Amino acid sequence: MGVLVYAESENNIIKKSALEAVSYGKALAEKIGSRLNCVVINCSEPNILKQYGTDKIFNITNDSLKDFTSRSYSNALQQVIKAENTSILILSSSADSKYLGAHLAGFTDGSFISNVVGIPDNLDPFTVKRSCFTNKGFSSTELTGDIKIISISANSFGLIENNGDGKIEDFHIEDISSTITVSNIEKQSGKVTIADADVVVSAGRGLKGPENWHLVEELAEVLGAATACSKPVSDMGWRPHSEHVGQTGKPVSSNLYIAIGISGAIQHLAGINSSKIKVVINNDPEAPFFKAADYGIVGDAFEVIPQLITKLKNRK
Amino acid sequence: MNILVCISNVPDTTSKINFIDNDSKFDKNGVQFIINPNDEFGLTKAIWMKDSNNADVTVLTVGDSSADAILRKCLAIGADKAIRIDCEAIDASSVSKEIVEHCNEVKYDLVICGRESIDYNGGLVPGLIAGYLDYNFVTNCVSLNIENGKAKCSREISGGIEVTESDLPLVIGAQKGLVEESDLIIPNMRGIMMARQKPLEVLSAKNIKARAIDKKYFKPQEKAEVKLIKPDELDKLIDLLENEAKVI
Ligand SMILES: Cc1cc2nc3c(=O)[nH]c(=O)nc-3n(C[C@H](O)[C@H](O)[C@H](O)COP(=O)(O)OP(=O)(O)OC[C@H]3O[C@@H](n4cnc5c(N)ncnc54)[C@H](O)[C@@H]3O)c2cc1C
Ligand SMILES: Nc1ncnc2c1ncn2[C@@H]1O[C@H](COP(=O)(O)O)[C@@H](O)[C@H]1O
Repeated sequence: MGVLVYAESENNIIKKSALEAVSYGKALAEKIGSRLNCVVINCSEPNILKQYGTDKIFNITNDSLKDFTSRSYSNALQQVIKAENTSILILSSSADSKYLGAHLAGFTDGSFISNVVGIPDNLDPFTVKRSCFTNKGFSSTELTGDIKIISISANSFGLIENNGDGKIEDFHIEDISSTITVSNIEKQSGKVTIADADVVVSAGRGLKGPENWHLVEELAEVLGAATACSKPVSDMGWRPHSEHVGQTGKPVSSNLYIAIGISGAIQHLAGINSSKIKVVINNDPEAPFFKAADYGIVGDAFEVIPQLITKLKNRK
Repeated sequence: MNILVCISNVPDTTSKINFIDNDSKFDKNGVQFIINPNDEFGLTKAIWMKDSNNADVTVLTVGDSSADAILRKCLAIGADKAIRIDCEAIDASSVSKEIVEHCNEVKYDLVICGRESIDYNGGLVPGLIAGYLDYNFVTNCVSLNIENGKAKCSREISGGIEVTESDLPLVIGAQKGLVEESDLIIPNMRGIMMARQKPLEVLSAKNIKARAIDKKYFKPQEKAEVKLIKPDELDKLIDLLENEAKVI
């Protein structure tokens, strides 16, 4: 019986979502009364994991894992699970971890549960809470199986510092054959992405046209936020499709979601329900979005945004 | 080429979500069911491949007879054949294993699922199928091109696009981008008439045990009334975000 966390890294830096998974793993390990182990892949700076309660860090370094593919990474993690007799593996809900989780569950015949929002209420039967119906509901789910893989919903647990031994141990893996190869990656660098952002600044048709988006970008910049938009905005080509959030677009699970000139249609809300705090800026006091908001400003975006930018800049 | 498209039958997003029987069941009463949007993108792509890849397209759902209407719609959209594995879909693991059993009997070169369903939002079934069958797998798939038995796929990654190459068989998790919304096929009269002639086969289930069982459902806590801040009091908003919500 052991808890293992796969701590995902990018360019040698452990991702924030991974630290959240480690914080969760620590709480679960304490509940079970076991130690907490983590595994990192091609990351030479895993020391930070110690501050979140990790006792042992399995360090995998392997050239054939240079590019992420769910198949090769599943294969590597499967070897750790086997060697360490792991019964619970914790994953973050980053795009890659989500991708990997189900595939790995298939390979190991483990049981997998995603969108988990809390540590188990009960260990026997193993009962854990997760969100469903695009966050319009939650379920308390009983999980059986010798290997349980749990993927936690972003920003649902938070980061909790803790002390661990943090002992680093090289883990050697057997040959990994991959039948799928990555031939090209096109990535915008330096931009905060919706999936990884703590804060998302999103705007809709109320912004009138693409020429006004500098306001959204400036506000996002002072907040270190990602930018997003409603569906009609990307349909009209004002913004790239990758920014479209909602039922048919990307899900957002940030700590703060600022919606400017978005009416708050149910299909839009479906994608952003799991964001924690919502701020709505809209000149129509009847806009449905105010019902889903924590803080609201009834006002003209073209007046409010520049002022907000100035005030946030002065604050720093 | 043989293509299987896995179809999940889900409540329309505008549906009211209610629970019954002591909060142990989702209340289907008055709920309109639709083809899971991600599956519809995948189905449309499969229909295109009938021409480009000389493909034969089978749609499959694991569910009870209430899913037949959705399967008929898939036939009217252009699928050649529909299969329903007759049982109640309880969890991703048992659903995937039912599908895998079928895939072991009938060999498919390509299995298309949606990236995730909009009801239980697990995003599990395609990965599980790929893992059990030991097939290649690409999810969040936004383009797919198969030539001479080689598949070239693009996947949306955080902040960009990744291109992969692999052999068949392959499982993909489809999403918007694979085809666009404007490409979705609305069944016409001819399609609906033709669908009546097409086979809808009902197979008995292997009754595989579920491993993740929803015992109880909850609704989110009622949201507190929005706090309105006057446009000329933005300092107050910043203060609330900083000190009350602690998000900046
Ligand atoms: C099957 C289906 C799927 C869908 N999926 C999605 C989805 O994934 N994501 C999504 O976003 N939508 C989706 N939609 C569309 C959705 O129903 C709405 O049409 C859309 O979200 C509206 O976009 P909007 O709020 O930007 O525009 P509008 O509804 O036009 O709202 C603009 C808002 O801006 C406000 N405004 C105007 N001027 C100003 C100003 N100067 N200052 C401040 N505010 C101003 C207005 O009061 C209004 O509330 C879907 C629809 C369907 C049918
Ligand atoms: N009962 C089912 N029958 C057939 N396919 C399904 C079923 N449930 C899920 N799927 C497929 O798996 C995908 C992901 O579903 P989920 O794992 O529930 O998010 C869906 O988009 C479907 O393609």
